[in-house]
Amino acid sequence: MSTGSNPGQAGNWIIDDPVEGVFKVNRNAFTSQEVLELERERIFDRAWLYLGHESELPNSNDFLTRSVAGRELIFNRNRKGEFQAFVNTCPHRGAQVVREPSGNAISFKCFYHGWAFNNNGKFATRSNPGTYPDSFNCAGAVDLPKVRLESHRGFFFINYAPEAESLLDFLGGAVEIIDLVADHSPNGMEIVGGTQEYSIRANWKLLLENSYDGFHAPQTHETYFEYLIKEIGPSVLENIQTLSEVQRAHTFPQGHAYTEARAPWGRPVARAIPTWGEKGASDAAVMVAELNKRVGPERAMRIADRDRNAGFFPNLVINDIMAITVRTFYPVQPDLMLVRSWALAPIGEEPEARHRRLNNFLEFLGPGGFATPDDVEALESAQRGYTASKVAPWNDISRGMQREIPRADDEAQMRAFWREWNRRMQGEC
Amino acid sequence: MGDVMANTTTRLRSRSDYEDFLYREAMLLDQWRLEEWYALFTPDSVYEVPTMGKARDATPDSALFYVADDYARLRHRVDRLLKATAHAEWPRSTHVRIVGNVIVEGSDENGTQVMCSIVTYRSKNNFTDTYIGHAYYTLIEEGGQLKIRSKRVLLGMNSLNPHGKISIIL
Repeated sequence: MSTGSNPGQAGNWIIDDPVEGVFKVNRNAFTSQEVLELERERIFDRAWLYLGHESELPNSNDFLTRSVAGRELIFNRNRKGEFQAFVNTCPHRGAQVVREPSGNAISFKCFYHGWAFNNNGKFATRSNPGTYPDSFNCAGAVDLPKVRLESHRGFFFINYAPEAESLLDFLGGAVEIIDLVADHSPNGMEIVGGTQEYSIRANWKLLLENSYDGFHAPQTHETYFEYLIKEIGPSVLENIQTLSEVQRAHTFPQGHAYTEARAPWGRPVARAIPTWGEKGASDAAVMVAELNKRVGPERAMRIADRDRNAGFFPNLVINDIMAITVRTFYPVQPDLMLVRSWALAPIGEEPEARHRRLNNFLEFLGPGGFATPDDVEALESAQRGYTASKVAPWNDISRGMQREIPRADDEAQMRAFWREWNRRMQGEC
Repeated sequence: MGDVMANTTTRLRSRSDYEDFLYREAMLLDQWRLEEWYALFTPDSVYEVPTMGKARDATPDSALFYVADDYARLRHRVDRLLKATAHAEWPRSTHVRIVGNVIVEGSDENGTQVMCSIVTYRSKNNFTDTYIGHAYYTLIEEGGQLKIRSKRVLLGMNSLNPHGKISIIL
């Protein structure tokens, strides 16, 4: 238990008291510029951060540009098809070497002074003899700076710390969630249809908490559930009841966590709802049979009939619910984050199933849907509340702390995150 | 559908007729008169907002959209926005819509194609966000009244930063 005399000062951000069943987070953690600077140094510069999915670069020499934790990166494949990541800044004077969102190229040329690089990041500028010494790039000093890159089942992560543990050690048992998503289809998975990019005027950690918060859903998203009842019928209410019997939260010592439950909506793989008609039901049955054969009945049940909201420390969310979203977000300021989210789907999905998936996605998950705008409002409203953090300093996330098996609508997920956040912020990493 | 088609004429009107219609639509939205706004749509209509950078003819069957409402889902959007439980819009934001550069593109069996530039300001909690873009309409005439068969808004921003959401109707 850490209840120092200076709440909100380093080391006193959380109160973690399992005996009393109380867990508090100081709101200073959401508002302070010093905390953000420390997070950049101790979390974002040392943790594995999601970069992209292999399906975004289907061919050799494909590239895309993306900002990860505030740094501009190039994610590409070389002639051999190997995946790589570079910092997207010219070693000469700093301009972004690649300014298009994506493309296919065997070399990159900076538009500012024309310095050029092959797509392995090697300096490949031709200059007149005598312009630069022969030893100019002997240690790779003017190559594009390479970033450490590792992947699991098509999900690519980067790490800015050369000494950090491997991706798999970092993910620990939570790797199971990526495996379950990757196993949806025998053909593999792909990002479909583009990116949703938006900002939220709130601290980045609020979105992680919100993304696997089973407690807020029926309250905040009442209008979405009303829509479901109208679309699906009263079976929604029955399903909400069965939900409470199978739901629970799982946490991992690395700070990752997920909830698993059975929700009332249809799952594209593969739980049909009446509005999908006979075709929808028979499509789902075929998918379940294929899953049973390929991954066994227990795993097939989890893939087809259970809904998971996973949060990977520090900032990757995979919601495997009425559609699959992969979502990541970064702080710009203590009270402003940028969010990027994608839809993940089976490669070769039938057009009707794809249609249902993308409909499901935009109804709930998108910033123009019937749920996400209210999440944005909730997060921004909390951030406004934190302006009073000096006189009202604590968030309470004690819910279910003394329950033996944490429920999806308890707050064990957040506690797992905050314990790891606090450990790293103390410099224990 | 058959009935709708039977009553449909696609005779071109003057541009000012279409402008008046678009101005009135903007006013209904500015004033939260959403039932009257919904009444402007035909039962086979769609209201769509693709994600940024999509082509004018992108389809929500394969591309990610922010909004892809048919008439039934649009009904729910209206119902939702009229409730206090649509938290993003309660208390309500205020908006001002500017519609301009109206071009009557032509007419075919689907109706008359009209495009315009839109600027929508939304103000709440001491922030005013500006949505800019082009709106593409397919309009038909029913009983002497113009109706919307399709409205598609292509946003001219490259992300929803700083808006964070499209909680209002554009």
